[in-house]
Amino acid sequence: MVDVNTLFGKTKEEAKPISPKSVEEYPEAPISLGTTLVNFTGDWRTFMPVIDESKCVKCYICWKFCPEPAIFIKPDGMVAIDYDYCKGCGICANECPTKAIAMVREEK
Amino acid sequence: MEYKPIKKVVSGNYAAAYAALHARVQVVAAYPITPQTSIIEKIAEFIANGLADIQYIPVESEHSAMAACIGASATGARVFTATSAQGLALMHEMLHWASGARLPIVMVDVNRAMAPPWSVWDDQTDSLAQRDTGWMQFYAENNQEVYDGVLMAYKIAETVNLPAMIVESAFILSHTYDIVEMIPQELVDEFLPPRKPLYSLANFEEPFAVGGLATPNDYYEFRYKIAKAMEEAKDVIKRVGKEFGEKFGRDYSEMIEKAYIDDADFVFMGMGSLMGTVKEAVDMLRKEGYKVGYAKVRWFRPFPKEELIEIAESVKGIAVLDRNYSFGQEGILFNEAKGSLYNASAHPLMKNYIVGLGGRDFTVKDVKAIAEDMKKIIEKGKVEEEVEWYHLKR
Repeated sequence: MVDVNTLFGKTKEEAKPISPKSVEEYPEAPISLGTTLVNFTGDWRTFMPVIDESKCVKCYICWKFCPEPAIFIKPDGMVAIDYDYCKGCGICANECPTKAIAMVREEK
Repeated sequence: MEYKPIKKVVSGNYAAAYAALHARVQVVAAYPITPQTSIIEKIAEFIANGLADIQYIPVESEHSAMAACIGASATGARVFTATSAQGLALMHEMLHWASGARLPIVMVDVNRAMAPPWSVWDDQTDSLAQRDTGWMQFYAENNQEVYDGVLMAYKIAETVNLPAMIVESAFILSHTYDIVEMIPQELVDEFLPPRKPLYSLANFEEPFAVGGLATPNDYYEFRYKIAKAMEEAKDVIKRVGKEFGEKFGRDYSEMIEKAYIDDADFVFMGMGSLMGTVKEAVDMLRKEGYKVGYAKVRWFRPFPKEELIEIAESVKGIAVLDRNYSFGQEGILFNEAKGSLYNASAHPLMKNYIVGLGGRDFTVKDVKAIAEDMKKIIEKGKVEEEVEWYHLKR
């Protein structure tokens, strides 16, 4: 499966959005450009989800419902949020049956 | 392997289905609409009889049919569909997604008049209304050209990465039986190797998205790429058409098929099945001493501007026969042809005849009458009535 921490084998820092200088440098088909992989949509956020691990029952409903998807499951079974892609929609907090996710206003 | 054609008596629709079978299409998604239905029925029969390994996707509308084709094509599969008139109109939005994502889907459109009033007969307005969607368009004159067209279209489309539409006349071709020379499977395979996709969504090693957001900073360049691919398609069409001729005896190297041009006073220009009638009539008119020729536009997109200019340089007049009409202007082929000649040195007299809308008969007698009219125009050196609704009850 795809490792969310690498993009095309590159780190997130290396995988900057492509900005070709001339028409020849553009891919033939409109692929990759402007996708959620290379565009870090996390900076759209106003409220950020914060997981209270003590309340989490590992039901993974948040992981299922995240539309981005910005929630992944760590090797230890705990869920974690990839803040580079989380737009702060709050669906995870709304769906969490144990209220383990709180939406916190983000100070930038 | 020596080429020995397999002769079958089939309808235009069955010719299309056999071509899809021989092209080894992998996915078909379609919604039945008269008079396209028998194409899909035949393909379903191939699948049921175990002749084809085709994934058939049942859908609830033409819009979904094209959406399914786009998804399948984006995984790298060879995809086929067919539709007609209102169904093609329902696909309109999706047609842009196919060409924009550079997917070489091949579709047969059975040319049928748009409603209301409801009509299931021949008329080119449905496909010509999709002129600006980035699809290549081939107009077949007979059942043989439907079969050949589909096979060539895959090769051309998969070279330039643009979708292609093969257009045949409702009932005139779709349900009329004729001898079609089919090509043995091994030779089709040689001519049309498996598709090498530009990209594949089935590539799980390098995930990416197709057709995401492009800001004003990027959109423009992608449009230019399509424009360039269309321009390149002209050479590919001629090359593939020539190869087809060398291998199977029917040459398609010209985007405009023409005859008697060199010494003709005027030519008939048109597309699709009506040009079969014109050919017949021109042969007769020649015997009667008329200096006429014909120019059948095979590919409407990309438009064969250069070939048209060449024709215009050697004739005094062009009678453009349009089985279509753009309301508020004129016949669509007439409009395109006139526009193409604006910066050319030759400006022959051009008259637009609107003929056979909604399946009205267009016969050799009609061509003769139009020839008489054109003869008078050439003598006068002036076109008085630019657009004539030829069959109108007056």
